[in-house]
Amino acid sequence: MSKKLTVSPSPHVRSKETTTGIMLDVIIALIPALIMSVYYFGLRALLLTFVCVGSAVLSEYVCRKVMKRNNTLGDLSAVVTGLILALNLPSSLPLWMGALGSIIAIVVVKQMFGGIGQNFVNPAMTARIILMVSFPTAMAHWVAPFAGSWSPDAVTAATPMAVLAGVEGGDVSAVADALPSLTGMLFGAHGGSMGEVCSLALIAGGFYLIIRKVISPIIPLCFIGTVAVFMLIAGKGSLEFTAYQLLGGGLMLGAFFMATDYSTSPLNKKGKIIFGIGCGLITSVIRIFGSLPEGVSFSIILMNILVPHIENLTLSKPFGFVKEKKGGKA
Amino acid sequence: MSKRLDGVLTAVKRGRGGVAVAHNKNTADMPVERLPVPDKVVLSMQQHIGVPCTPVVKVGDEVAVGQVIGDSDKFISAPIHATVSGKVTAVGDIKLANGIITKGITIESDGEMRLYEGIKPPVVTNKKELCDAIRASGVVGLGGAGFPTHVKFNLPDDSKVDTLIINAAECEPYITVDYRECIDNTKYIIKGVELLRDICGFKQIIIAIEDNKPQAFKDLKAFADSDNDADDTIKLMTLKSRYPQGAEKMMVLSATGRKVPPGKLPSDVGCVVINVASLAFIARYVETGKPLVSRSITVDGSAIKEPKNLRVPIGTNIQDIIDYCGGFKAEPRKILSGGPMMGIAICDTNAPICKQNNAILAFADRKDLIKTERECIRCGRCVDVCPMSLMPTLIERYARIKDGEKLNDIGVMVCMECGSCAYACPSGRPLVQYMRLAKQVVREGGKK
Repeated sequence: MSKKLTVSPSPHVRSKETTTGIMLDVIIALIPALIMSVYYFGLRALLLTFVCVGSAVLSEYVCRKVMKRNNTLGDLSAVVTGLILALNLPSSLPLWMGALGSIIAIVVVKQMFGGIGQNFVNPAMTARIILMVSFPTAMAHWVAPFAGSWSPDAVTAATPMAVLAGVEGGDVSAVADALPSLTGMLFGAHGGSMGEVCSLALIAGGFYLIIRKVISPIIPLCFIGTVAVFMLIAGKGSLEFTAYQLLGGGLMLGAFFMATDYSTSPLNKKGKIIFGIGCGLITSVIRIFGSLPEGVSFSIILMNILVPHIENLTLSKPFGFVKEKKGGKA
Repeated sequence: MSKRLDGVLTAVKRGRGGVAVAHNKNTADMPVERLPVPDKVVLSMQQHIGVPCTPVVKVGDEVAVGQVIGDSDKFISAPIHATVSGKVTAVGDIKLANGIITKGITIESDGEMRLYEGIKPPVVTNKKELCDAIRASGVVGLGGAGFPTHVKFNLPDDSKVDTLIINAAECEPYITVDYRECIDNTKYIIKGVELLRDICGFKQIIIAIEDNKPQAFKDLKAFADSDNDADDTIKLMTLKSRYPQGAEKMMVLSATGRKVPPGKLPSDVGCVVINVASLAFIARYVETGKPLVSRSITVDGSAIKEPKNLRVPIGTNIQDIIDYCGGFKAEPRKILSGGPMMGIAICDTNAPICKQNNAILAFADRKDLIKTERECIRCGRCVDVCPMSLMPTLIERYARIKDGEKLNDIGVMVCMECGSCAYACPSGRPLVQYMRLAKQVVREGGKK
């Protein structure tokens, strides 16, 4: 009998949480945004999503096989990467470009650095930037809602961010015609990438993740809060301008789903605060002073790169440790 | 200062981290039953942290219950007593439940449980006598640590120790023997508290208990409210039940707000922490002079037919105990000595119970016990739950590259291996193993 006993180190009970469960929660949290994108941009949006997710999963499988490593499809992280990438793309994007983006995200950014947990920048975000730089026209072809994105010359619409970039001193009324109402911003009836238009769906997803304790609210709060403060200053106190800035662009998607990526954000609370504020700062600076209308992607990538340094600065102080004296006894 | 809520204190400071482990205190309502006298007992010479004892009897000797059969002249040690009366049949190597071979004495019982005639209540009037009496009783930390109790009370006269904390938290799942101690032996807990207060002159005595033990709390409260406590030194404190609340450093923090520095003992911050069962035992010892020859254990788990709380002679064979509980109702896949968070998985039930064993748990299903191991996703859960504010995932990384200096800097040595990190890890990583490996690396590399 004793031969069948398992002998292993403590603890002998484990929580029910698993990596797969966490990734599944992220997928669930993104479903409202996906549904809204299909609602606005039609089945083309769904098709592009399938292509992105499919090629992400396939490239992860092939990559692990070629590298002679164990199969990691079961953790669902490739599905999450593909899904997040899709939601960052315009619905009219040629399918092969979406697939290319997924391959870049998985192969170059994730697997070449060692797979899940090892990548130093967010895969989906990096892939989006590479696509943006490589195919600027296709990546800025914002189809207007309900215009149907099957045909390449479907009606396009300027994104609210592009419109806001021309606003001086927070006077939104000057461009009121070109902007949707604030409620419109919340529900997403405007041009933009598939997943970022409906802020409400993203906020709902974000709350779901916070309630499920998948993410800590620190990064989204610091990120969005910092942008709010800067926009209030830039808009000379205009609440309307600030609201447009918060609801427009990829801020909600970025703050809740991409800046909170485990691999590329700091571990401790202090680090998370610095990271969130840093993201907000860079986003604001790009939005206000940069020539690009949107800065969420770049801010997250830049902060991703800084994470090791933030981490070194914010190491937790172990229980009972007193401030270290130089040369003194440890 | 502590808040007073209806005369009951709540934690002065709440420790960070910890995990909410399912309590599974299935045996809470089962009073401790006495196990029939076993045919033989096997007594290890190492049943405590510190120096092993040397046998002082030889094969063929007749021994009686409570007779010293192993002792050491070193300070950090505790004598071993015969736990049944009968004849010594072997002195030599024995195998413990965890597979370790050590020196031990086997006694074949004559079934009479004859008491050793030398047993008489000790005279305890001052600290020195108390310390000597505690050592002679053979008591060690009955909560599971097995640290010789007398060492804790060996306080110099100018010591700044002002607080005694009675640890009745029992935060490990399944185990209920301390809980039963509070209910069944309230009298001795009272006596013990009063004894230690009178001899050692503690300024405050805090009996700390988790809030998931209502009956024990009620019984102890009745005591705390009684007239005995005229000078208001004895207080009852409820703690939120959260693993590892019962860990010594956590206890000191919750009860007093003081933090024990790395490598130091609670006495360095003016506290002595004692397990509630050890305390009740000392009180009984001072009254009767009968040394530690038996202890209470919880026998539970999905593979045990009739879970019970048992009082067993130390040295009883684990298989005999399981058989008394009706045997297995399903094939056991894992058997633990101790609780599921910090207990040891044993490879053989043909091994004796030691002084620090507080439970035997047998599980039929490995589903809850094992999680698929995946790569670390840096989710930070281990960092959030670590009660010692460590960063287990970072420690794992440095342990893999064997960077002893860095490991020491990030404080791995304060890790108490409570297992919260590994419990919380969604990737099922064996973090406690890495902590042990990391400590080994630090020890080998020496401090900078």
